[in-house]
Amino acid sequence: MEFLTEFPALGRKTLSGLKRGVDEAFKGFSRTYGEALENFFDPLLQFLIWFEKLLLATPWPIILLVIGGLSWAGSRSWKITTGAVVAFIVIGIFDMWEDTMATLAIISVATFLCIAVGIPIGILMARSNRMQSLITPVLDVMQTIPSFVYLIPVVMLLGIGKVPGLLAVCIYAIPPIVRLTNLGIRLVDADVLEAADAFGASPRQKLMGVQVPLALPNIFAGINQTIMMALSMVVIASMIGVKGLGVPVLRAISNQYLALGLMNGLAIVALAIIFDRVSQSYGKRLQAHRHGGHR
Amino acid sequence: MSDAKVQIKNLYKIFGRHPARVLPLVKKGLSKPDLLDQHNHVLGLQDVSLDIPEKKIQVVMGLSGSGKSTLIRHINRLIEPTDGQILIDGQDVLGMNDADLREVRRRKTSMVFQKFGLLPHRKVKENVGYGLEIQGVADGEIATRAQHWIDRVGLTGYEDHYPGQLSGGMQQRVGLARALATDSEILLMDEAFSALDPLIRYDMQSILLELQEELHKTIIFITHDLDEALRLGDNIAILRDGAMVQKGTAQDIVLKPADDYIADFTKDINRGRVIRLDALAAGTAPSDAPVLEGKAVLEDALPAFVQAPAQVIGVKMPGGGVGQVTLAQVVEALRGDH
Ligand SMILES: Nc1ncnc2c1ncn2[C@@H]1O[C@H](COP(=O)(O)OP(=O)(O)OP(=O)(O)O)[C@@H](O)[C@H]1O
Ligand SMILES: [Mg+2]
Repeated sequence: MEFLTEFPALGRKTLSGLKRGVDEAFKGFSRTYGEALENFFDPLLQFLIWFEKLLLATPWPIILLVIGGLSWAGSRSWKITTGAVVAFIVIGIFDMWEDTMATLAIISVATFLCIAVGIPIGILMARSNRMQSLITPVLDVMQTIPSFVYLIPVVMLLGIGKVPGLLAVCIYAIPPIVRLTNLGIRLVDADVLEAADAFGASPRQKLMGVQVPLALPNIFAGINQTIMMALSMVVIASMIGVKGLGVPVLRAISNQYLALGLMNGLAIVALAIIFDRVSQSYGKRLQAHRHGGHR
Repeated sequence: MSDAKVQIKNLYKIFGRHPARVLPLVKKGLSKPDLLDQHNHVLGLQDVSLDIPEKKIQVVMGLSGSGKSTLIRHINRLIEPTDGQILIDGQDVLGMNDADLREVRRRKTSMVFQKFGLLPHRKVKENVGYGLEIQGVADGEIATRAQHWIDRVGLTGYEDHYPGQLSGGMQQRVGLARALATDSEILLMDEAFSALDPLIRYDMQSILLELQEELHKTIIFITHDLDEALRLGDNIAILRDGAMVQKGTAQDIVLKPADDYIADFTKDINRGRVIRLDALAAGTAPSDAPVLEGKAVLEDALPAFVQAPAQVIGVKMPGGGVGQVTLAQVVEALRGDH
């Protein structure tokens, strides 16, 4: 009877031995390779630091101008552009400028990294069903595993700081862009691809001239989602030493500062809305040719 | 036959998981329904051989599912055959590696599709220039050559439109211009006009015939429409369940259908406007008979019989000389065999 009410688990001794074994092995691994890994990621760190300094050193009116310019270039909408500039002015007035710049820096670099790595992986997946069935479960795990769990090995390997924070953000935020690149390419009309084949297009010419351009609206939806997810990691990343809007939020949680938490939380929301509106309207303009006179 | 531009020899195509395994059964004569029932494979083509002469329009006709698209896609090897041989200018297409095959597709063949297959994200002029771009032609030259063909198919002024902004007929003009722009000698057209309204379709046929007068391409034209086949085809081949059931000129098909399947196809056409005098002519005409051109159709010849003594007319034959045709022959040809 006891067999049925109590699950026959491994003994306490076996289990703790097992866990200790895994921990020791991983510690050994990080002792041996930690430094090499740090060196590997050093250029990334330098770039991130440089970019953050650049944002902070630039006079705020110029930043406002750039933000307005980028919003206009992306959306071609006065409403969105004005909204973006006003949001940043309010952020500045409430003394969150520096934290916002730090967050902007890490989000930009993380997004850039996700695009640079994610689109090629998505293309690879689209070209082979085997690749797709290999990578899809990995993406599922990356998206569903609680972020605190993979923070542990990242911190063990690289310690606390900007790079592990950046990696944590990327691990969480990269799946959408990979998935949507894959999906977008797979959805390209078979008739159009056949035509490209019939005219003797090489695999490369097909990829760059037909598949990627026609997948672009989907790829853009992926980039949009990636940015949103990166932003939602800002608070968690600040737990492992990433500067930015997440830090005051953390402080607000542990000290029960309602106003501080709300202000910085709203600043994150404002960033999210601006990124979302601008990149979505850009994605829409990309597929303008589909809404021609007919159909 | 050495003047064949494209030769198809004993071509078999079986769709399924293990085509090579069931091929011997098909060669022994297993039928398409039996192959599907017993082995779960689809018979696409069986033992198709066809010599396609240079600078002529070869029509391939058949009902839906008879294997027309499968056949035409073998010529530029968009589909790999299960067995058989394909030669273009005497060159074995199936033995080619990827690079050689691409070269053939870039320079020797070009294709027009039933569903147009245009690149929706590119303007008309960029679509027309697509084949040239693939070949690596310089931008300036692409622009001039594309413009030339845009003008030829009557799309001047639409260069900067996107395909989605054009009607079906105009989209297929783009498809035609794109195919012509590469200057390839072989034009593959898979039901190129089938998606169009009858009037527009007739227009497109006229454009094609007009261009062919001057360009003399080797055209392989797929259709399921007999009127279209008779209007365009110098030669016609008929497919049924993946097998070639008859090949010949339009006159052969109408006057001597190989079986009931083909007779069925041809029974609704206006024979008087299809059958030509030289298809009936034989012997030598009496000297007092009025003489007509050999390519005149029966309908146009009827008034001549009214004046002709003894209801006999003379017909100028392709090889010179004048053959004779009697009114009785004409009446019989117009009635057909049923
Ligand atoms: N990829 C494929 N897999 C399995 N069967 C196929 C495939 N492609 C074609 N077939 C089959 O081969 C036969 C010939 O098809 P095909 O498309 O060549 O016919 P078609 O004469 O072009 O018909 P339609 O007039 O409808 O275009 C059909 O029975 C079809 O179901
Ligand atoms: Mg077809």
